[in-house]
Amino acid sequence: MTDKRELNVTRRAALVGMAGAAGTVLARTAAGQDVQVSGSNRPVAPDDTTKVLGSRWSSDLGQRSPYEALKRVPSSTLSSSESPLQDLHGTITPADLHFERHHAGVPFIDPEKHKLVIHGMVERPMTFSVSDLLRLPAVSRICFLECSGNLYHDAPEQTTAQLLAGMTSQSEWTGVMLSTLMREVGVSPKSSWFLAEGADAAVLARSIPKQFWDEAMIVYAQNGEAVRPENGYPIRLLNPGCEGNSCVKWLRRMEFSDSPFMTREETSKYTEPVIGEVARQFSLVMDARSIITYPSYPDTIEKGWIEIQGIAWSGRGKITGAEVCTDDGRSWAQAVLQEPVFSKAHVRFRHLFNWDGKDTVIMSRAIDESGYVQPNRAEWIAARGPGSGPYHRNPITGWRLKAGGDVVYRVEEWG
Amino acid sequence: MNKNARSIKMLLLPACFYLVVAQAQEQPQTYGIGRTATAAEIAAWDIDIKPDGKALPPGSGTVAEGEAIYVAQCAVCHGKEGVGGPNDRLVVHSADEPFPDASNEDTWRHRTIGNYWPYATTVFDYIRRSMPMNLPGSLDADEVYALTAYLLHLNHIVPADAEMDAKTLAQVEMPARYRFVPDDRQKYREVH
Repeated sequence: MTDKRELNVTRRAALVGMAGAAGTVLARTAAGQDVQVSGSNRPVAPDDTTKVLGSRWSSDLGQRSPYEALKRVPSSTLSSSESPLQDLHGTITPADLHFERHHAGVPFIDPEKHKLVIHGMVERPMTFSVSDLLRLPAVSRICFLECSGNLYHDAPEQTTAQLLAGMTSQSEWTGVMLSTLMREVGVSPKSSWFLAEGADAAVLARSIPKQFWDEAMIVYAQNGEAVRPENGYPIRLLNPGCEGNSCVKWLRRMEFSDSPFMTREETSKYTEPVIGEVARQFSLVMDARSIITYPSYPDTIEKGWIEIQGIAWSGRGKITGAEVCTDDGRSWAQAVLQEPVFSKAHVRFRHLFNWDGKDTVIMSRAIDESGYVQPNRAEWIAARGPGSGPYHRNPITGWRLKAGGDVVYRVEEWG
Repeated sequence: MNKNARSIKMLLLPACFYLVVAQAQEQPQTYGIGRTATAAEIAAWDIDIKPDGKALPPGSGTVAEGEAIYVAQCAVCHGKEGVGGPNDRLVVHSADEPFPDASNEDTWRHRTIGNYWPYATTVFDYIRRSMPMNLPGSLDADEVYALTAYLLHLNHIVPADAEMDAKTLAQVEMPARYRFVPDDRQKYREVH
């Protein structure tokens, strides 16, 4: 469960701040760029950019326009931060906006000193350096990564998509297939689990059952460059479609075995009490989910045509449909999915809606290739129980369009 | 691909270059990349303790010894006697505090060692790998045994005079031992 707090400045709020009447001054951005800012701190661009030379020439590192104030929102404990879903387009999350979740801070690792030890039920225990892994055959894959605790429990009306469900992100990951390393070390056919362990101060460790090995990767790159420190630099495990916690970051050890290791993160945490006074364990697969990202709080809209947009994803495979409802649950329409649709990946959906300006609720639901349909909250609670806890909650969520144009989160109770 | 086949392909390379590149390539038996892991480097990192307790290290610790360490190093985050601190509650409110019942809202918040953790070995493993948060990995085996004994005692699982070591810890049966079930969601097309 992540602590959530109010977003102080959203991109749209920042853009709404108009250039003040006061005179402008020069200010230097964090990246060293000189920009004119007005009394309201909004940068002032030339009236006619064709009549002045460019403000910058070539540089060794690109930077965002000063008008783009994209931010993650860190939790109060600084152990997680959420991705600004409402400000992103398409399906790839810029790496510096990828959500983060860690249990003992982000370790500072020298990649030349980092190593991966693989042992246990193997013929040849082996050690790989990061440069060893870079020399092995590489594979790239676009898929989502989601924290299993990705729903704001008591979200009020003033909740952004980022705070509601911003612990999912998508990247193109590049690395080595686990199967390649398994061949090198000669994993015993009697082996059915492996422990993945990180080099962080939590020495976080998870047992991964055999059913996920075929697709698992040891990745060193994210969107074309090295994995970001908060996402596992220099290497992490990636189990496509599985909860983020199982995709152990800063990976330094893998031990093959014939039984699970029963670490704290797979017993007292990341297990879900379900009806019957038992708890579900090794529930790694992320259920199908969707969220509308536009319009959403704190947008304001006008009546007329609106292209509703959002993302849908499933840990079971490809999304086959995203449906949108604009009449508070009475009818559903098939939204358009942006191709290409990848397995276990965010897909963007779009749906045209001619809003009559009257109070209504809009929502979306995902359907995946296994036939699974994202449930509404009542169905979810009936199946798992209201006290099932923070993990693997994927109910349909909605936004209330208020007459007048304000958009707020549609509050629903858990009880 | 055997050696003969490879040399034939080499001879024919100009003619069938496009054909060759279009084929899926066979993986060699080994890429010869990476090195043998030494026993010492495995031993230095191989810290996991499974429920069978076979990997538990030599050493021992008593409930009383654990209490002294707990007061000095743990209480600031987890509260006096494992209750009331800013971080996770570790101890049940009473010996009969039940396993969380998902049909009651908010019971999931009441997960402690005594009513939720299925294995005592996990307590040892977790303290040794991660705690205390500001000085992880600083406790020796005797201290971890002692803290484990103290926490199990506060949770009404072992008596006040208990001493934990590789043998006794592996024998502790936790109240939640049989409360965990495998994930069966994927058998269903609806939420389960």
